[in-house]
Amino acid sequence: MSASAPSLEGHERRLLLLGSLAVFCVLVFMTVDAGGQWDFVLPFRARKVATVLLVGYAIAVSTVLFQTVTENRVLTPAIMGFDTLYVLLQTCLLFFLGSHMVAALDVRLLFAVEVTVMVLFSAVLHRWLFEGGGRSIHLLLLTGVVLGVLFRSLSSFLQRVIAPGEFAFLEDRFFASFNNPDPDLLVVSAFMTVGASVLGLRLLHACDVLGLGRDVAISLGVDHRRTVSRLLAVVAVLVSVSTALVGPVTFFGLLVANLAHGLVRSHRHVHVLPAAVFLAVIGLLGGQLVLERVFSFGANLRVIIEFLGGLMFITLLMRGALR
Amino acid sequence: MIEARNVSRRYGDTLVVDDVTLKLPEQGVTSIIGPNGAGKSTLLSMVSRLLPLSSGTVLVDGMDVAHTPGDALARRLAILRQDNAVTSRLTVRDLVTFGRYPHSRGRPTVEDRAFVEGALHHLGLESIAHRFLDELSGGQRQRAFVAMVLCQDTHYVLLDEPLNSLDMKHAVSMMKELRRAADTLGKCVVLVLHDLNYASCYSDHVIAMRGGRVAFQGTPEELMRPAVLRDIYDLDIDIHVLDGKRIAVHYR
Repeated sequence: MSASAPSLEGHERRLLLLGSLAVFCVLVFMTVDAGGQWDFVLPFRARKVATVLLVGYAIAVSTVLFQTVTENRVLTPAIMGFDTLYVLLQTCLLFFLGSHMVAALDVRLLFAVEVTVMVLFSAVLHRWLFEGGGRSIHLLLLTGVVLGVLFRSLSSFLQRVIAPGEFAFLEDRFFASFNNPDPDLLVVSAFMTVGASVLGLRLLHACDVLGLGRDVAISLGVDHRRTVSRLLAVVAVLVSVSTALVGPVTFFGLLVANLAHGLVRSHRHVHVLPAAVFLAVIGLLGGQLVLERVFSFGANLRVIIEFLGGLMFITLLMRGALR
Repeated sequence: MIEARNVSRRYGDTLVVDDVTLKLPEQGVTSIIGPNGAGKSTLLSMVSRLLPLSSGTVLVDGMDVAHTPGDALARRLAILRQDNAVTSRLTVRDLVTFGRYPHSRGRPTVEDRAFVEGALHHLGLESIAHRFLDELSGGQRQRAFVAMVLCQDTHYVLLDEPLNSLDMKHAVSMMKELRRAADTLGKCVVLVLHDLNYASCYSDHVIAMRGGRVAFQGTPEELMRPAVLRDIYDLDIDIHVLDGKRIAVHYR
């Protein structure tokens, strides 16, 4: 391994740099302009930071895994209709139960039910499409696109039918931002994320092999169908977490996943995944800092992030990364 | 022993492989030849569980490929298809190291490293071992993939058109390398080939397919006759004996 030893050190050096930058962002975010009111500022900001860490982690990991599974660097879980299904679930609940009932329900229970439906959705979709055999990942994605449009149309239909007051309640749920995290939801999300990560951790080496393509992965003894369906379940949980906390974010995952691949230049998920998470935290916290301190809330972080992600998307398409 | 029993594969109404029953020799180099669309690659993909069977069974050492755990098969049988697109950014050495995955699960041992270096050496890849795959020519990449498959060190090595995009020198040295694997290591190498003369000069056994069925099975000497080849290819092919090898001339 003498020849590739320097590049290995390169991975670690770049990872360390990204990690320190992420920690630096967290520290600055926690302490800047505190004005001595530590007992108020610290817990208040810690909740924000926890939300950012969870969302950044969920988006980064789900996108990287999804891209590995689909063998494509332009796609994100959003294209499978994952986040639109989550929005539809929320809308349906509200439509059939009404805002009083939904508000009265335990957030944790509600969330657990929604995540279960999400995972079932990915499993059904995957099983149904892989029964036919052959190379059907593109069929899977096309189906996802169509279903995504269907879910979105259904949600917007239901949202038009309900009373304006109910709609305001719903809007409040989706367009929750990093500024008003629900503590209960935060705790459940954290547990879900840890659970999904433990499952994903055991598939880490198999993920590296999946990067070689389906045929080579099978030849090397990876149970392709089972591994892919497990990874899709992990993705479903993580997308639920991020969508529940801050609503659908289309291009951010694309941005951090591709930056991570480009910066780390390693085929190993042990390197790429942490890099993507660090980049997500830097992007979200750094962006929030700049917005709060420089523009004094004059702009929406989501808009800026989606704008940059959209630019990345177009660049990738122009460079022909979509095969 | 690889055994196919009544294996068929259909796409819609089209039968691509039509009720094929055959046993592959336990050792040596076996070539599968035949015109385009004869079902050669499809058969190879089904034997190696990359493609599900429409009907029939494939047994590898008595294990049904449809129900045997993938990792158990991966220590007995390796397959390389054509056109391997890799999204990951890998060096040649990284790729070849993946050949040890069935044995070491992503944690290569010292012994695995020795296998990797051996495979790199045998395919003449040492000088480009540190280069990234996307910076290589098609032929170099093809050799890197074959090195990975040999590094997997399975008894059965199945290769779909391994000579694709190789120049003459590298095609010859690839065939010599596969011959060496069969002779000195006792492996069973199965190749899909398009060049009859490579099949004639390097194989112990030839299977010819046509229209989804096995049209001929036998030694290269038995295959390389104008009458036999006309039945397979619908083409008059002259056979000349040069240095004891039968050479087909079909350029006219």
